[in-house]
Amino acid sequence: MSEVVTPTPAWQEQVFKVLKEGGIQQVSYVPDAGHAHVIRRVNEDPAMRAIVLTTEEEGVAVAGGAWLGGQRHALLMQSSGVGNCINMMSLLQSCRFPFLTLVTMRGEYAEFNPWQVPMSKATQASMELMGIKVYRAERADEVEDVVGAALDFAFEGGEPVAVLLSQRLIGRKKWLRH
Amino acid sequence: MSQVQSSNSVIDRREFVSALIAKCPESLIVTGLGSATYDVFAAGDRDKNFYLWGAMGGAAAMGLGLALAQPDKSVLVITGDGEQLMGIGSLATISAQKPANLTIVVLDNGHFGETGMQFSHSSLGTNMSAVAQACGITNSYQVKDMADLKRVEQNVNARQGVTFAQIMVKADDLPRALPSRDGVFVKNRFRAALGLAPF
Repeated sequence: MSEVVTPTPAWQEQVFKVLKEGGIQQVSYVPDAGHAHVIRRVNEDPAMRAIVLTTEEEGVAVAGGAWLGGQRHALLMQSSGVGNCINMMSLLQSCRFPFLTLVTMRGEYAEFNPWQVPMSKATQASMELMGIKVYRAERADEVEDVVGAALDFAFEGGEPVAVLLSQRLIGRKKWLRH
Repeated sequence: MSQVQSSNSVIDRREFVSALIAKCPESLIVTGLGSATYDVFAAGDRDKNFYLWGAMGGAAAMGLGLALAQPDKSVLVITGDGEQLMGIGSLATISAQKPANLTIVVLDNGHFGETGMQFSHSSLGTNMSAVAQACGITNSYQVKDMADLKRVEQNVNARQGVTFAQIMVKADDLPRALPSRDGVFVKNRFRAALGLAPF
């Protein structure tokens, strides 16, 4: 069986490096292709814990528990998962938990699947309604800086912060298998 | 109305919670909103209690993050059937991580106590300890008698595997006992008890 090996874009390794050097020890996720490299790297790192979730809101609660116990946590999800988190995000405001989430966008650029679009349109605004500061990385050369700024804002400034990783950055999903 | 399971539960929830905490004095406790929060507070306020007043469905997942961060301490989640049902998937998430120091105690009265004692799924056919078992939490069991408190207490203190204990409690409507609703205060107090800076 032959496998097409797509080289991992450099920005994905930079995301891992920022999390690692930023002292993140717990990374929870509902997978997305755009997060695949970071998930793999976290799984390989004995000093980090990769936590697969059944629904994204669990990750908001895990983040709170991690901070109660003195660890930094990051939640990886795609834009559709943001809607699943809304009420759980009240935890962040009620207790002022530092919080970092990285959100890969679907439904905004060359999207093939219309079902991804409604939540995509509401992703940024819904998080802002819940009091979360939302950054956005559009180009590969800004990812490292933006994720680093978000991490510092979360854990040094004590804020809940999200970074949207644009669909253009992640690239078109191939829908047809040959 | 579908079949309602008959309840022969005899355990008094406050008596059980109070006795359990007395036997696990060093444990870090996260409570699920509603009656479980009141039960834990009624047993005596502690710096190592984290009371949820919202974030329904999040207690067990919060316990997971805490247990992974503090592997040398016993973490005890005390919640109700309604709260745990909303976060039922977190049992699969916890099973995948297998934190040896995490115990989930569900005080199951088969009802949503805070909202007028409507039946929960637990009265309508769902066996929560069987769900936990099927999620891969092998040490999952029901407690129907105060004498079985010992088993739960040993599991909490031993830290030798995830435990899910479904405590069959009487469906009493007890007077509320209300801990602080200031989440920032409770968070910082909890962190201070672990030697961590506020924030």
